[in-house]
Amino acid sequence: MSLMKGLKAGVFAIGLVCASASAEAYKIYVTNEKDNTVTVINSDGWKVEQTLNVGQRPRGILLTKDGKYLLVCASDDDAVQVFDVATLKLVKTLPSGPDPELFILHPSGNPLYIANEDDNLVTVVDIVNNKVLAEVPVGVEPEGMGISPDGKVLVNTSETTNMAHFIDTTTYELTANVLVDSRPRFAQFSYDGSQLWVSSEIGGNVAVIDPATQKIIKKITFDVPGVTPEALQPVGVRVTKDGAKAFVALGPANRVAVVNAKTLEVEKYLLVGQRVWQLGFSPDQKHLFSTNGVSNDISIIDVAKLKVIKSVRTGRFPWGVVATPD
Amino acid sequence: MISNNNKFISANLPWINIQINTHKIMEFFKSILLILFRSWLTVGIFMYSTHANAADDIAKIPIGYISQQVETPPNLSNLDVAPDNEGIAGGEISIRDNNTTGRFLKQEFSLETAILPKDADPLKTMEEMAAEGIHFFILDVGADALLKMADAAKGREILFFNATATDNRLRSQDCRANVMHIAPSRSMYTDALAQFLARKRWRKLFLVTGKRPGDVLFAAAMKKSAKKFGGKIVAEKEWAFGPDARRTAQAEVPAFTQDVDYDVLLVADEIGIFGEYLAYRTWQPRLIVGTQGLSPSTWHRTHEQWGSAQLQSRFVKRFKRRMRAKDYQVWAPVRSIGEAAARTNSGDFGKMTAYLKGDDFELAGFKGLPLTFRNWNWQLRQPILLIQPQALVSVSPQEGFLHEVSVLDTLGEDRRETGCKLN
Repeated sequence: MSLMKGLKAGVFAIGLVCASASAEAYKIYVTNEKDNTVTVINSDGWKVEQTLNVGQRPRGILLTKDGKYLLVCASDDDAVQVFDVATLKLVKTLPSGPDPELFILHPSGNPLYIANEDDNLVTVVDIVNNKVLAEVPVGVEPEGMGISPDGKVLVNTSETTNMAHFIDTTTYELTANVLVDSRPRFAQFSYDGSQLWVSSEIGGNVAVIDPATQKIIKKITFDVPGVTPEALQPVGVRVTKDGAKAFVALGPANRVAVVNAKTLEVEKYLLVGQRVWQLGFSPDQKHLFSTNGVSNDISIIDVAKLKVIKSVRTGRFPWGVVATPD
Repeated sequence: MISNNNKFISANLPWINIQINTHKIMEFFKSILLILFRSWLTVGIFMYSTHANAADDIAKIPIGYISQQVETPPNLSNLDVAPDNEGIAGGEISIRDNNTTGRFLKQEFSLETAILPKDADPLKTMEEMAAEGIHFFILDVGADALLKMADAAKGREILFFNATATDNRLRSQDCRANVMHIAPSRSMYTDALAQFLARKRWRKLFLVTGKRPGDVLFAAAMKKSAKKFGGKIVAEKEWAFGPDARRTAQAEVPAFTQDVDYDVLLVADEIGIFGEYLAYRTWQPRLIVGTQGLSPSTWHRTHEQWGSAQLQSRFVKRFKRRMRAKDYQVWAPVRSIGEAAARTNSGDFGKMTAYLKGDDFELAGFKGLPLTFRNWNWQLRQPILLIQPQALVSVSPQEGFLHEVSVLDTLGEDRRETGCKLN
């Protein structure tokens, strides 16, 4: 049976490759928090291909390292749902602990680390064996999850405690707790592991932390003419692979800030849709996608030109976004 | 660790000493069995004191909550009886959150609560708590009792948080340097409403006022707000039909509201004696706003934006009921104190107070904007929810109402209007 499935999938994949005009085509998956759906967009023409029904209040979304499975935090179902990318069918549900919001995979592809917002926990799940490996108590309202490139350090941000918690991934002990500004939403390591970026939504800044010393190198603040300072609420952060640029979604300011990741200076603000929260790169990092929760769309940013080239309509309250090669 | 002490014990050791002394006497006279018992207890005490020693470097931050109900709402609808733990429950959930954070910073928070009868003197309770080492007090008392406490504590290491008194005078001529106002003023509430009415272009307002002092103050604030945001009070009447309008409203309200050309009926009935009975009874089909109908509030059970769904679900899980505005107004000061302790990494009154009153203070209060204190009268800046019983309608400040300092300063008396002189 698995052979049959494999064959079918193979045939299907070949079919797609042949049908696709561009060899670089890929798919973009967007969780729609209020619609309980995932919008599937094809990069070839930026067309919505499908709208997939998922669990309740889908937020965090990612792909397994082999690109075969799509993982969705169905927050109100207290579960992480696993979809087969080839068939877009639900294949299993992972134990996640209550109210999973954001998660991250170990660089090796397993395990999965989940922030349980309601329970002040980070749950560690073996995604192959469907088993909870550990529950790590952290601060109040854990949300942001980042992992060092070597997989040794997991960082969780707690929105009410206002800390970045450094967790040793072998012992599950907290090794450091770095106080940042109000409502830290997101944590991202640079690809070389030398920087940890933590956004503070209410604090209105992004702290760049040296993971080795756990000291804040700089708090990056934002300033957009005509936008009240209170509306500058950083959430999603993405750093390019070459470590040159970082992008910061600024929530109700409807802007994505472009930051020079070397000098840590803001270089530009890109106008996107309303209430921009999360960001995701295309597989080749030529494009960046922003989820715009109030305008119900994603903006597509050309990373080289630093221009917004298009917006694509999604479901209601698009939350998370991830892209995978076709 | 959750501390919900009915009695705050600041000094455990004297109590232990007494136990030991008693035991030494007992040991003298009693059998071997008792000696065995004693050694067991000594081990117990030893372990306890080791624990106490280990806990020495933990900063203990007790918070006092003093509540005195001045006037019981009539519960005319016989439905929404306030839960016994209204307010305190918000404080407790906040204490728990502070303690989760405190684990990382070696800080431990506790809430000592005192619910006083009408004839009690809150100052006496405050002094007792202060003698036990409490520096931060959250008050749910009337304006006069609040001022009495504030004046008695002047110059001492005591800071008050006014959780519920909405009187404008406490932020103006009767402001105090040692009182931070979590509760919005009446003007903040009425400005929030007036902005919404302006945005809807519902300009002609018919004001109906109850006889209680609070009603009169609310009406006065409403008139000022209407003027500020371009509304017009086209008629004004006092509600004079007695306390229980359940069976008479249908007959009385149509005539009462006849012959006036207005957009909305504005009610000033703070404790809810007649306001609920106006809707659907007016001569013309008109909406009700004010203390009933569309009303300003700090919190609502249907509020779910800006992460508040998380606080709501934590609250329901723990207390098996929905979080109410008063719960939020006790949650916020406890959280502010927690924030001050975390940011200063200290349980020191001076450091914490300096932070609370400093420029860096901000509270993530689930309202989409950081909440800060106005340093000219220590009023917490905050968005105001406009609610109807089963739904959130809007949040003020409304879009387009701008201010050179903060959009939140479009709500309530601004710096240049204030009669407050802090010293």
